[in-house]
Amino acid sequence: MSGARNITAALRRARVPRPSLAIRTVQSITPLTARTFSASSIRTSDSRQIKFTSDAYPNLKRNPNFADISADDVAHFKELLGSQSAVIDGVTTDATDDIEPFNSDWMRKYRGHTRLVLKPKDAQEVSKVLKYCNERKLAVVPQGGNTGLVGGSVPVFDEIVINTSRMNQIRSFDAASGVLVADAGVILETADQYLAEREHLFPLDLGAKGSCHIGGNVSTNAGGLRLLRYGSLHGSVLGLEAVLPDGTIVDALSTLRKNNTGYDLKQLFIGSEGTIGLVTAVSIQCPPRPKAVNVAYFGLESFEQVQQAYLAAKGQLSEILSAFELMDGRSQKLVIESTGNKHPLEGEYPFYCLVETSGSNAEHDMAKLESFLESVMGDGIVADGVLAQDETQFQALWRWREGITESLSHLGGTYKYDVSIPLSDLYLLVEDCKARLTEKGLVGDDDSFPVRAVVGYGHMGDSNLHLNVAVRQYSKEVEKAIEPWVYEWIQKRQGSISAEHGLGVAKREFIGYSQNETMVKLMKQLKNLYDPNGIMNPYKYI
Amino acid sequence: MSGLRILVPVKRVIDYAIKPRINKAQTGVETAGVKHSLNPFDELSIEEAVRLRERKGPIKVEDILALSAGGPKCPDVLRTAMAMGADRAFHIDVPDKGDGGPEPLTIAKMLQAVVKEQNVNLVLLGKQAIDGDQGQTGQMLAGLLGWPQATQASKVDIKDDAGTVEITHEVDGGVETLRAKLPMVITTDLRLNEPRYASLPNIMKAKKKPLEKKTLADLGVEDTRRLKTLKVTEPPPRKGGGKVEDVDGLVSKLKELGAL
Repeated sequence: MSGARNITAALRRARVPRPSLAIRTVQSITPLTARTFSASSIRTSDSRQIKFTSDAYPNLKRNPNFADISADDVAHFKELLGSQSAVIDGVTTDATDDIEPFNSDWMRKYRGHTRLVLKPKDAQEVSKVLKYCNERKLAVVPQGGNTGLVGGSVPVFDEIVINTSRMNQIRSFDAASGVLVADAGVILETADQYLAEREHLFPLDLGAKGSCHIGGNVSTNAGGLRLLRYGSLHGSVLGLEAVLPDGTIVDALSTLRKNNTGYDLKQLFIGSEGTIGLVTAVSIQCPPRPKAVNVAYFGLESFEQVQQAYLAAKGQLSEILSAFELMDGRSQKLVIESTGNKHPLEGEYPFYCLVETSGSNAEHDMAKLESFLESVMGDGIVADGVLAQDETQFQALWRWREGITESLSHLGGTYKYDVSIPLSDLYLLVEDCKARLTEKGLVGDDDSFPVRAVVGYGHMGDSNLHLNVAVRQYSKEVEKAIEPWVYEWIQKRQGSISAEHGLGVAKREFIGYSQNETMVKLMKQLKNLYDPNGIMNPYKYI
Repeated sequence: MSGLRILVPVKRVIDYAIKPRINKAQTGVETAGVKHSLNPFDELSIEEAVRLRERKGPIKVEDILALSAGGPKCPDVLRTAMAMGADRAFHIDVPDKGDGGPEPLTIAKMLQAVVKEQNVNLVLLGKQAIDGDQGQTGQMLAGLLGWPQATQASKVDIKDDAGTVEITHEVDGGVETLRAKLPMVITTDLRLNEPRYASLPNIMKAKKKPLEKKTLADLGVEDTRRLKTLKVTEPPPRKGGGKVEDVDGLVSKLKELGAL
């Protein structure tokens, strides 16, 4: 997942105004809380205009095998879950306003018709709920913080939303091994703050950290900003607890790093977007929190030089390199347009990079970073750059990368493509896409053109590009011009059409561009084995 | 007037975005292993000095001297100051005893000596350092030198080559504009400017700029203390709220607290 790891925007908005400065010794701002972004802040706008997913995707038909939710079902769930706040009942009462946030996503792109939201408090309750749903053939959609980017966490028709927000306890942390065991509904930032107090770090960081749940992160195999350093969740998740549609509780909550006994079934739940089972708890390996973190921000003249800078960073910063992010000139212009902040560099460049180092010794790290900076400047790879001198500048520089998603959302709609392609061709996709849309006369500076800009940014270190087409309004014409062209482009280069965002509703029908028939067949077999009635998150994934 | 010779005293303090913690002995704030940066108000005064040069006003800026008093890490902030545009720097070596450092009067006397020695005609200081929050040094220095002073400046304007300076600062419900003649002391406030980032080429150039080490004794100043810190404590922690399960829970809680 990309994007806006926002903050209480006002605090971090670059440098001016800094009203809290004068009273800093009285009311300190901890960097932790100051670096969060809640996707929910965007959610406040009027949801009435969001189009129903079922209208946007007329090919999707409600599966007639699924039962309709009856008043008896609701009564049963109410009895099962006991507490009043665990059931939002839109079946027997009018709860439209209460249910709406669960029906639609923060990008305002997907909207379902659910009339029932359940919030079980532990795996036992989830088990009872799913067992009942499976017997009754009631479809469900597991939902965490609802910060997904492909419509995977909202219903399409009347699927029951099973929200994990009440499963929010941290179960244990072992300082010696660094293993954290926590419920699925713990908010990523809460987990990270808990770990910060114990000098450890959650090995995942992403824009929506203030809202997203770690269960959802695992279910979608979220990537984020520091995958380069800490690796994929397939590696750092040591175990998990999940519930299968028939109510079976899969207790694989191992805290062992090594365990070669049989199939590694937990991997099935990582990235399967709740189509096989619902993750209720996670055990995860957490690294020690770095004591020294530095950030540099570069301007570069060509993508060729961006690649050279990346190679140099890998070579010279190796073990302390924790992020290498790419932003193109247009993406930064949009951030300026949306925030009004002053850009850190004097001149304009077609490419910008953000390099972060994390290490244990500030002096050693600084020495390495400075020799790296001297070499890339000296060799003419980097045209200009700045180095954060304090925490405020550190956060402000990150904001130029993380603020892109949010800035785009302020300026209108965005078609988002999260792709993985070989590094040398990474930016070519943006150029080709821009050329194509320009040729079709869709891109322009005034309101008569549907497309505002074609921008590219992403995790250079992971060969992961976010191609974003910022539009003034969503239109079929633009969509047809991009899809399936963009997928074919990626297929030609053996890339992935979804590097970290997942499939959900958005990419479901395009899986064939990145997976062959055999793979898709095997996946379907697995799905049918564990979920023969197909009640888990239907109409999505595969 | 021939040229502006600006002195910008800067202080290395705990980074403003870091939450300070009281040490175990309750004698001060824990500084070991905590990120330190240039005092934000001093960043503003460096920026303003550099802007005075860039503005090419009626009086040319001849020299920008950054100065910091403190322990062995002080050169870090002096390099930052020079990367932002200061020409040279003095590090006044004062051993860090973990007692908050010299008092404002000592610092003011030290600055007075430097002003005389270096023939400075404008001193730009932050209005306060965010660690001690004393906000006295600029005023004391002006007193010792017998110079005019303008505090909390939000705008500095050199009017003519005779050294007339107009300074605007914020007062309750509006702004106040003052006029004075150089030499003078100006302290800076938040709205004065937006400090620049230290660019990579300038960071490298800064490494080659002269940084001179001196002691208080060299300047004929003694580190005397008039105040003794007895105890430092944190404000009482805020009591957290409680969560209730449902409306009934809320009602009974309110009843329990006597609100209903």
